[in-house]
Amino acid sequence: MNGTKFVLLLLIVAAATYGAAWAIGNAYVFFAGYIVLQYIALATAWNILGGYTGYVNFGTAAFFALGAYSTVVLHKLTNLPLPLMMPIGGIVSGLVGLGTGYLTLRLRGAFFSIATLALAVVVQTLITNWDFVGGSRGAYIVRPMKAPLLGIDYIQYLFLVMLGLVVIVLATARAIERSRLGYGFATIRDDEVAAEASGVPTLRLKLLATTLSGAFMGMAGAPLPYYVTYLDPASGFSLAYAVNGVAMPLVGGTSSWLGPVIGAILLGTLQQVATVTISSALNLLIVGLMLVAFVIVAPNGILGLFGAGAKRARA
Amino acid sequence: MPDSPLLEVSALGKRFGGFVALEAIDLAVHTGERLGLIGPNGSGKSTLVNCMCGTLRHEMGSVRFAGHTLNGLSAHERTRLGLARSFQLPRPFNTLTLAENVRVPLLYAGRHDTARAIDTHCIELLDMVGLADKSKRLPRDLTQIEMRKLELARAMAATPRLLIADEAMAGLSPGEVDDILALLIRLNEQGVTVILIEHIMRAVMHFSQRLVVLVAGHKIADGDPAVVVRDPDVVRAYLGE
Repeated sequence: MNGTKFVLLLLIVAAATYGAAWAIGNAYVFFAGYIVLQYIALATAWNILGGYTGYVNFGTAAFFALGAYSTVVLHKLTNLPLPLMMPIGGIVSGLVGLGTGYLTLRLRGAFFSIATLALAVVVQTLITNWDFVGGSRGAYIVRPMKAPLLGIDYIQYLFLVMLGLVVIVLATARAIERSRLGYGFATIRDDEVAAEASGVPTLRLKLLATTLSGAFMGMAGAPLPYYVTYLDPASGFSLAYAVNGVAMPLVGGTSSWLGPVIGAILLGTLQQVATVTISSALNLLIVGLMLVAFVIVAPNGILGLFGAGAKRARA
Repeated sequence: MPDSPLLEVSALGKRFGGFVALEAIDLAVHTGERLGLIGPNGSGKSTLVNCMCGTLRHEMGSVRFAGHTLNGLSAHERTRLGLARSFQLPRPFNTLTLAENVRVPLLYAGRHDTARAIDTHCIELLDMVGLADKSKRLPRDLTQIEMRKLELARAMAATPRLLIADEAMAGLSPGEVDDILALLIRLNEQGVTVILIEHIMRAVMHFSQRLVVLVAGHKIADGDPAVVVRDPDVVRAYLGE
């Protein structure tokens, strides 16, 4: 299947998803569905760096929250529509991704991961002390009742916007996998010295991966203020984003674009169901248990259980 | 043979902290040559290769290749100029198939071909080393000698002018050594200049047109292999007084 056909298929699936949510006719479906979609975008963004190049990022929350706080700033200063705010949030997080990549180039393995963890702490501290965006008190965003132009309920609109982002992120991730770039990323994951000896400019590709991954995380976070209507550092930089960002691709499988999607749908839905039926405090416990279970039983994720299938999807 | 050498190393020095790994190494390799490089363990052979290929940065001296000064160029830029190497311990891309392993240098350092031409070229390269029927397998399915052959095929995928084979035969059986030797000689006949770093003297003597000996970071001999191996300094370095 070539790229164009894949994008068409994605659009059809996206339209069907929206249609199905609409047909159920319950506002809560959009409300919960938004979170699952957000996690698909976030997990796929994480996987571009973590899965393709093998650099494990624990700072997902920082990139995500920077996107969200960009929207807070833009909301206070401008009248831009949300679909324009998202690329701006993406640029902010992408630039931070580039900077992070540049500063941590010499770090590999656990050392890189610890540096990203430190980044999350630093960014959170800065935001907490920035009064303009509410500081530690947080910021209130009054969202309109109806979406502009479309006239649909605003939560439905957010769902639709996030669905659009998911299509873009997935199309990008899959295109990378099948390109020269994808091979370059894979060689960085496998052996950087051998990659250089094969002519792969590892430095440039790593920066590209940190930038792209960060940018998509920022775009996924940009609509958050309108969704929650009240954003404070504790919720924007929630541990849940960092943990889910890592857990979802690992549970689904990191070798292909499909892995993070499976992981995000599975864990995201499970968490939403648990929030409603049991308690919202149970979320991370579920993720933790799933992660432990998968690390033991299926270290290559759900895709790894169907090893041949995953390999064929790549080829 | 052109007057200026293809590879020219002059006064190259490398230190690791207080340890002098290489001291004022001069080496010239001409186009089409088959050069043997020997020396006891720890004499600096691999360090020299790493400095020439950009895996390590050297503090002193310079490396020129095909008219370019390589100082300051990263390893991938040197590969693109036509300086390829195989690694002493095979370093395959473990999550990629054999075909994909050789595809990487074709995509990043080869001539820019169409997708179909690249596909064909992958199989040709694997066929050259006798691995074509395993093109869809992963490196973990390979034996040691197959791993070495993959290493050479991948180095050749970068269409190098100079190939540095770093102990491509260590640990192989005599028959397998002959296999790899025949392969290297065939590549040389196709116009690739080859530097062979090896401990197996039978292979080195058979292969080399010229022999260079490194001992403790110094070049102590450079010349006709038959003469070099009888050099008293070389004999002393290998056998002691």
